[in-house]
Amino acid sequence: MANPNGIGASVRRREDQRFLTGRGNYTDDFKRLNMTHAVHVRSPYAHARILGIDFTDAAAMPGVVAVLTGADMEADKVGSLPCGWQIHSKDGSPMKEPPHYPLARDRVRYVGDAVAVVIAETREQARDAAEMVVVDYEELPAVGSSTRAVAGGAPLVHDDAPDNVCYDWHLGDKAATDAAFANAAHVAKIDLVNQRLVPNAMEPRAAMGEYEQSNGEYTLTTTSQNPHVTRLLMGAFVLGIPEHKLRVVAPDVGGGFGSKIFHYGEEAVVTWAARKVGRPVKWTADRSESFLTDAHGRDHVSHAELAMDADGNFLALRVSTLANLGAYLSTFAPSIPTYLYATLLAGQYKTPAIYAEVKAVFTNTAPVDAYRGAGRPEACYLIERIVDVAAGVVGMDKTEIRRRNFVPKEAMPYQTPVALQYDTGDFAKNLDIALPLVDYPGFQQRRAESKARGKLRGIGFATYIEACGIAPSNVAGALGARAGLYECAEVRFHPTGSVTVFTGAHSHGQGHETTFAQIVAERFGIPIENVEIVHGDTNKIPFGMGTYGSRSLAVGGSALVKAMDKVERKAKKIAAHMLEAAETDIEVKEGRFTVAGTDKSLGIGDIALQAYVPHNFPLDELEPGLDEQAFYDPKNFTYPNGCHVCELEIDPDTGVTTIVSFAAVDDFGNVINPLIVEGQVHGGLVQGIGQALYENCVYDEESGQLVTGSYMDYCMPRADDVPSFTVRYHEDQPCTHNPLGVKGCGEAGTIGAAAAVINAVVDALSDYGITHMDMPATPEKVWRVIRDATPAMAAE
Amino acid sequence: MYAFTYQRPTSLADAATAIQAEEAKLLGGGQTLLPTLKQRLARPTDLIDLGAIPELKGIREADGGLEIGAFTRHAEVAHSDLVKRVIPALASLAEGIGDRQVRNMGTMGGSIANADPSADYPSAVVALKATVTTDRRTIAGDDFFTGMFETALEPGEILKSVRYSRPDKAAYAKFRNPASRYAIVGVFVAKFGAEVRVAVTGAAGSVFRATAFETALAADFRAEALNGLSVEADGLNADIHASADYRAHLVTVMAKRAVEAAG
Repeated sequence: MANPNGIGASVRRREDQRFLTGRGNYTDDFKRLNMTHAVHVRSPYAHARILGIDFTDAAAMPGVVAVLTGADMEADKVGSLPCGWQIHSKDGSPMKEPPHYPLARDRVRYVGDAVAVVIAETREQARDAAEMVVVDYEELPAVGSSTRAVAGGAPLVHDDAPDNVCYDWHLGDKAATDAAFANAAHVAKIDLVNQRLVPNAMEPRAAMGEYEQSNGEYTLTTTSQNPHVTRLLMGAFVLGIPEHKLRVVAPDVGGGFGSKIFHYGEEAVVTWAARKVGRPVKWTADRSESFLTDAHGRDHVSHAELAMDADGNFLALRVSTLANLGAYLSTFAPSIPTYLYATLLAGQYKTPAIYAEVKAVFTNTAPVDAYRGAGRPEACYLIERIVDVAAGVVGMDKTEIRRRNFVPKEAMPYQTPVALQYDTGDFAKNLDIALPLVDYPGFQQRRAESKARGKLRGIGFATYIEACGIAPSNVAGALGARAGLYECAEVRFHPTGSVTVFTGAHSHGQGHETTFAQIVAERFGIPIENVEIVHGDTNKIPFGMGTYGSRSLAVGGSALVKAMDKVERKAKKIAAHMLEAAETDIEVKEGRFTVAGTDKSLGIGDIALQAYVPHNFPLDELEPGLDEQAFYDPKNFTYPNGCHVCELEIDPDTGVTTIVSFAAVDDFGNVINPLIVEGQVHGGLVQGIGQALYENCVYDEESGQLVTGSYMDYCMPRADDVPSFTVRYHEDQPCTHNPLGVKGCGEAGTIGAAAAVINAVVDALSDYGITHMDMPATPEKVWRVIRDATPAMAAE
Repeated sequence: MYAFTYQRPTSLADAATAIQAEEAKLLGGGQTLLPTLKQRLARPTDLIDLGAIPELKGIREADGGLEIGAFTRHAEVAHSDLVKRVIPALASLAEGIGDRQVRNMGTMGGSIANADPSADYPSAVVALKATVTTDRRTIAGDDFFTGMFETALEPGEILKSVRYSRPDKAAYAKFRNPASRYAIVGVFVAKFGAEVRVAVTGAAGSVFRATAFETALAADFRAEALNGLSVEADGLNADIHASADYRAHLVTVMAKRAVEAAG
């Protein structure tokens, strides 16, 4: 009988009981005896020289334990926050990698850059004292945008990065691309901006450092998506603490969306300061700090051209992108606009030649790094926008031009011209499922009905493919990664048959405690209640690379399967011994070990007990215990793909866009928990819609001040801004190279949605002669397009 | 926030005494003041919570209109059967303020006394020919709002209640800021016999009456009567959410919608 809580069951999230009843245990919930509180003194300027710091008055304030600055860190030989990925420019030179100190030393480079830290008995006392720290700044001219960074004569963010360029990189075959353009019948062109976003995890970042003098052990409790990576980076590069003396705990974490992958300065500050002051030190960001200092996402300015033959077949794609990396290199920043972006520029299409150039620059803004989708939404948005423009250029239906250029299912595995090899995918099938869901043939009639009501209706399509499950270590290493990208799992059977799984993946909203338990329950035929999933503690988990890039199930789940394989092999040996049969005669099914052709069998529970009570084990052949770990390093990325369709209505009087319907058809490979997958898609879609219509992180170009520093001005999408989604998936194209056949689903919604929405907005406005509108499509922007249209149009 | 002394008087007289303290501040629903305090942008010595004073509460029918206590929360106005019956436009205005959390905490008096240029209530005070009663006097609604975050209230004067006249027809149409859900433009249209009032909030530094609109609607109370009419963009608010000319455009659109909704 199939396990009711096994693979494919929509098991309700087990973790929700504690989250929904306020019993979660987040970093800020941790309290320690004698704990102190840290508040950072942050730069109010985007760019300034620090001439001096006077904290005499601050240090004398009530409750103040210490005031520490960059000079103290320098004296203690604290290092720079390391960057985990190195990119080389076209000319072979390595990227510019200026130091990024946890507390600034001589210059501040963005509003929010930390200058000093005040440690006090209470948080309010630390705040009071922080206001009394007097920093003597000499304000310098600032660079508030990427375009300003590369304008001639722009101020330099780092003296050793001429023209503010971090790297000037390229990918693809330029000569082949140029040749294809020379012979093209049609060329579609587009200039677009993929605007900067603030991640806005519900839980702000927080970190608590502890130091135990008696044994020299440090503990950092932190809001991290990957505690082992933080331990490695902070221990080895910043503070010089060996791994065995540094424990990093990432307890319940309230959302990350990428922003909690990175090792941040505050983590190093509290860990270092805990030893300095001899007491635990806790820091929790307020929302304003989150806006200013969480690594932001996106921020591309691009030009693209698509060459076609007379029939609308894509011949070549040429892309030039200016990427804003912010003031310093965040942990994985360099990889996002390169290997997670340009490698995806083939999209679902068999475009034979692609050439992409990416110039990444420093600016006086918060660092930019991975944010849900990380490079892939930027790629998808660019491709799907230019494909819509191309449909207009050649006069083809927007679905037909896509279908004509899809990589056919039969071509899999397919080598793209931009380094990736897609293993599976049936892109036409996604579209075939989507079209009836949205009644595409009926659209023109709906459009006419809207027009009769004075409204403008549009429909937008976006197909996407993403590279997830990041990725084989050898490939990543060849591309500049300074880390491996495997995952680890340990499966520990306890004597009475219950199981604890230790995974290096980290759940900060994804539901691992449920899905991973389903996989174990299914495999061993045990109740899901008997399985516990442990994550987020370097002292418990052998090792781990954490969760991002939709990798948990594809990589961490595969490690779990490998560990279960080992457990099963060991259990088989024990069963053979107990049943007095040859190991080769033991048949295993769902945790039942049977001597072939007999009714002699044992359950995994009996075997587990025997493993820990080995009264008559042949100890030279059979070790006691039933506890195995495995590392899994994938052979390839996984390639989730799908088709999104957005239908919307615009009120021409106000410019307000209302999404009428949104359908998402996805191929995630095999699905472990449909309920959780659907939830992930919903959340992802809302984030994509948020970028398309609402969210925009604005810095003043000249002063570098953050204009949208609160929810009064930074518009987050809300539940009543979005319709009920139509979500479908198919499991016809499981991943070919991991044991579960899974591809990952965490980022898909975000990747496809923005393009689908903007394509629909542009479609709705097609009568007004526009072919593109940059995000977010705010009411005023839309209204201006309508108002500025020809008087003849307006009068119609 | 900085430390302050918290007081919760149970009578208006006690509150009036308490507010005499240097740098004391009155606390209504706290939807503006508390975020300001949390960000350390204000440093009152005393916070006088008005939430336990019976004289400031309640919704009554008065002179055919409504008298609403200052400490009446937006949600109470929105859900009041009395308000829905006597001046439904006022209930609908309250229902559109902020979000559910804001409506459950924020108070009418707090909104009016704060005089945020993009608050909703000021438009109702002006359009509904309201009279504002304080612990010292009554003030005509037309004279109450004197500028951006400025009112006719004197230091220490406590807003007690607002008396709204009952219009023949009225409606409030709001173009909300998608981020904050304040009004980018809100237009309250009210018809009293031959007189029509059109009060605009959100568009300028303070609520104002669109007199040309009023004249046109007094002659012909239909949305079409506003065709070709607009307010001057010059002097209107401009920010990252809406330019002055977009706001000027929205004033006409929202006024028309209000007229249509008023029926």
